[in-house]
Formats: sequence, structure tokens, C-alpha cells
Amino acid sequence: MSQGSETAARAQEEVEECPCKEGMKPDVDVARRRLLLSAAAITAMPGQLAAATPAKAPPGAVLYDVPDDATKVMGRPLLEDGGYGTRSQFETAVRMRADNPNDMTSWSFTPLADTIGNLTPSGLHYERHHGGIPAIDPAMHYLYVHGLVDEPKKFSVADIKRLPSITRKYFIECSGNTLDEWSKPKGKNVQVTHGLLSTSEWTGVPFATFARHVGLKDNASWVLGEGADAAVMTRSIPLDKMLSDGLIAYGQNGEALRPEQGYPLRLVLPGYEGNMMIKWLRRLQVSDRPFMTREETGRYTGLMPDGRARQFYYAMDAKSVITFPSGEMMLPKPGHYQIRGIAWTGRGRVQAVDISLDGGKNWVPARLDDVPEPMCTVRFSYPWYWDGKPAVLQSRCIEDSGYVQPTRSDLVALRGEHFVYHYNAIQSWAVAADGSVTNVHV
Amino acid sequence: MCTSRTLLVFFLAVLFGFSAQVQAGDASDIGTSVTDAELSAFFAILPDGEGLPAGSGNAVQGSAIYAEKCAMCHGDKLEGIYDTGAPPLAGGANSLATKQPLKTIESYWPYATTLYDYIWRTMPFHEPGSLTADEVYALSAYILSVGKIIGENEVMDAQSLPKVRMPNADGFYVDPGPDRLIYRPGKASRAKK
Repeated sequence: MSQGSETAARAQEEVEECPCKEGMKPDVDVARRRLLLSAAAITAMPGQLAAATPAKAPPGAVLYDVPDDATKVMGRPLLEDGGYGTRSQFETAVRMRADNPNDMTSWSFTPLADTIGNLTPSGLHYERHHGGIPAIDPAMHYLYVHGLVDEPKKFSVADIKRLPSITRKYFIECSGNTLDEWSKPKGKNVQVTHGLLSTSEWTGVPFATFARHVGLKDNASWVLGEGADAAVMTRSIPLDKMLSDGLIAYGQNGEALRPEQGYPLRLVLPGYEGNMMIKWLRRLQVSDRPFMTREETGRYTGLMPDGRARQFYYAMDAKSVITFPSGEMMLPKPGHYQIRGIAWTGRGRVQAVDISLDGGKNWVPARLDDVPEPMCTVRFSYPWYWDGKPAVLQSRCIEDSGYVQPTRSDLVALRGEHFVYHYNAIQSWAVAADGSVTNVHV
Repeated sequence: MCTSRTLLVFFLAVLFGFSAQVQAGDASDIGTSVTDAELSAFFAILPDGEGLPAGSGNAVQGSAIYAEKCAMCHGDKLEGIYDTGAPPLAGGANSLATKQPLKTIESYWPYATTLYDYIWRTMPFHEPGSLTADEVYALSAYILSVGKIIGENEVMDAQSLPKVRMPNADGFYVDPGPDRLIYRPGKASRAKK
């Protein structure tokens, strides 16, 4: 927006707001502030420019009058928010629904380019539901643990909170994350290509604690998890995994789980595909063999080029993505930028992240912005001077085992283009001479 | 034995003065024992048929139930209707190794018991858990018969359903990854051969 048009827009607004007294039309100043912001903002983040549409509070926010000088007027009193709090009216990032016909069995994407730090705000955690989001009264909810046990038991939510708990940071990634990228570069932005990934601090009770309470039979080797939603979601989980770090979680980021994330109880299986981390968990049935549920046969299995399918591919392999700059962004001019991104692996810790500025010909180490933890994301960054010439930006994750995130052509050569799940190839963003950024395959 | 251990604990607690820590480790009073009757509300059906209830049905019966309760989402010919979000249930035979694989119950699912479990668990979509055992057997029979996996008049029950051999029964193998070829130099070119 030019200086002239900005002045004109402001003049028109002043006419409209003229009869207003402070607080009468709380959105007017917001509108003006937004226009000023958008004029001043660099055009690197078109997603934020959309926020210039005024007059309505973004989800999770309340519109307040914005004075020209906040030091000259009294602010609002405490607890006007009812005691829970809201985010700033200038923050607009939201989950985005997938382009599916039925919202009861669909998914929403985390806005990865807008999140800050390592934890995903609970309200922005990606969603995947197979039968909608149930409303569950925790006072009526039990976790049954039975099957090949000495003494089957049920545990109320209150019971579970009486048990010793642990708190850990883990990512959860849908095994279908990035599934549109096998054949063609389809996702326009990083929210769509990689947004079925979120990281939370989870609090709960290890499965091993429940195992001691019920006693495991000698032939126990699998555990069925079952949800209390309309899909009555079930998955079979190897007992070894359940006993090593399986967690019955009731807390997320310092508060109770969100309903979309399984309130009041969910299973957390660090590093495994999200589908296995049964939400609204109501039952754990110990068995000596897998149940072969729909979700581990007809779905969530990987079709290979020979027509056979790989089953029980649980861990999410090492993966990374650059979130800035990324698809649909625009670099306003040559100059210094911080390339930023996220790396993770479901088989250990992120050891290192490399960056390529030339489509994978040459690699340089990125900086890890936080300390890698097992089955957790890390942020990485790289100070970059863009000379204004076309570039293809890539990142690759190196796991502590030595595993290196593969290129797309390597992955497709190994699995064909119909594996659907567990796509973990290197992502390429092309920066054109005009600064526009697009999803490409190289 | 229990008594003597309790006495020992008590003795040690008195001796060392940290009775709270010693006694807190067990917490066996947390949780409530449940009976088989209470657990009978749940089910999960295994490939050998364990968990299947009494009841029976065939494809002819299933066809009528399908028309009434399933066709509006899955289509008259089990072809799936995209706008409802309901996938195809049949078709795709011999397509898995082609460039356009179609994964359906007929072409892909390895166990007939999974079909029963899933229908009983969560179908019809807008009225989950509303079908009787006979209806679920009949619908399973109908879907299997449309895929020519069983005959129209074959009765499905707790004995016959697990014996149905699905066309893709041998189509799966356990491979938890990571792909071994990833560790080979020049992996892409080699894997193509």
C-alpha cells in the first residue's frame, strides 16, 4: 500500500469513527491499526497480511480499543477475560481444515510457520478424528485394563491422578503427514504439507504402572487400545512399546488434555504414528497377538510397488522442514534472513540438521535452537544472505543413530508412489528471483 | 508371610523413621476390580474368530439392510461416494501392483473378521453401534459376496466368518523399517534395478 492510499484510508476511517467515544466501537481503532501494520509490514508473510481484514476478533481473541498511546490511557482491569485469558487480537494463526467432504472424519493442520518455539499451543495442535469429537464427563469415564492380566481393573480419572505421574515433551505426527507429496508437489504451503505435526508437554502415568496394578500373564505380548469416540478407535500396540515408554496422558501443556486431543485420557506412544495414540482412551486389553483392526490392516499399512504391503511400520522416521521461507511467502528484497525450520525423529533424538541452498548439491550445518530430546522436535535456523537469485532451499535431519533423512527420489525408488503413509523425504522450497516461494520437487 | 513382611517394614520404619516413604510405594488400593459381566460390554474380534458373538446372516438378508442403512453413503454398488466421505467397499481386484491401486475390503483387507469388528464398532456412520449381531453378519456376508469372496447364500456366523479366505490374505508382511536400502550408497539407482 502506498503512502497516499494509506492516508486516504485513514481519513475515511476518521470520518466514520468521528461520533464515537472511547470503547463504543472497539473495532475501529483495530481496523486502523491493522491498516498501518499491513502497510508497514514486510511482505514476507502473506498469511499475516490476510489478518488486515478488521472488525472481527480472531478465534481465541477479544477485540479491544487500541489507543494511539497506551501510556496515556488506563488499561483494562484484570480478569475481564473471565479468568482463562485470551490471545492478542493481533494474533491470527489458526488450524486449517483439510479439503475433505466430511468434517466428522477429517483432519486439521497446525500452522507451523506461525508457531514459535518448540511447543505447539494446545489450541493449534493438529487434529485427526474418525467419528467427530466426543464430549466426555471425566466423572463418568473409566480406563479398563483387562485381558491377559491377573486381576482386571478399572481406573477412574481421579484414580489415575492419584498415581505417580511423569511429564515429557513429545511430538505427535500423523502417519499421513505430507502424504500428498509422493508424486507431485501439491501442498501450497508448509501448513498443508507438514502441518499434521505438533509437539506438547504430556503428563500422565506410564503403562508400566498399570501393568503392576493388574499383573501381566506370561504370554502377554500385545495391548489393544480403544477410544470412547463414535469411531471406537482401536489399535494393537506391542507390549514392549507399552512397557518402555507408553503413557496414559491426562495433561497437555500444563492443563487437561483438549477435547480434540482425547479429553480426559489419551495414549501417548513416543515417536509412533499418531493414529496409535488412542484418544478418549477407555480400554486396554492385553493379548498374546495383534487384533488386526481396520486401522492396522485396511488403513495405515504401506503399499509397495509389488502390490504387497508393509505392516506394523510404527515409528515416524527422521524428517525436517523449513518453515521460513516456505510456500506462498514472498521475500521482499535481497538481504539477510533467518532460515527457520523444525526437525524431528520418532526413533531417537535429532543429532544435527543440514541446510542446502542449491537443491541438495551442497550442504552446510544449521544451528539447533534448542536441546534435542528423545522423540521430540527441535527448531533449527541458519543465517542466510539472499542475493536475489533463484534458490532451492532444503533441510535434512540427521538422527542420533546416524540415519539421514532421504531425498524424495530415494524414497520413491524404495517404496513407489502409493505407500501413502510415513513420507519423510526432504522438502524443497524454490525461491524465485521475485522473492516468491513455492513447493517444488527436484 | 504377609504378616511377617508387614512386621519387618514396621520395624524398619520405626528404626529409620521414614514410614511414609516405605508404605507409599504400593498403592494397590487404587483402581477397582471388574467382573467379566462388566467387561462383556466391550469387544474386539481376532482373526481366528475369538470375540465373535452368536448370530448369523447371509448376503440376501444383508442386501436389504445395506440398501436401507449403508447405500446412502457407500453407494448402491459399494463404489463409495466421495461427498459423504465413505470409501468404496468393493472393487479393485488385481489393482494393487498397478499404477492406480484401489484398496477396498475386496482387494486389500486380509481378514474377514476385521469387517465384522469394524461394522459392529462404528457403523452406520450416523448411528454407530446400532446394529444387531445378525445384521452385522448379514452385512459382512453381503459385502463379501459382492466381492465374489463368498456365495450369496453362504451363512456367516462365528464359525464360518473366520474361515473365509480373503483374496489379499498373503498381501502383508511385517516391516517396521527403516528401509534397509536407505543405508546403501547410490541407493536410488540401485533400488530401481
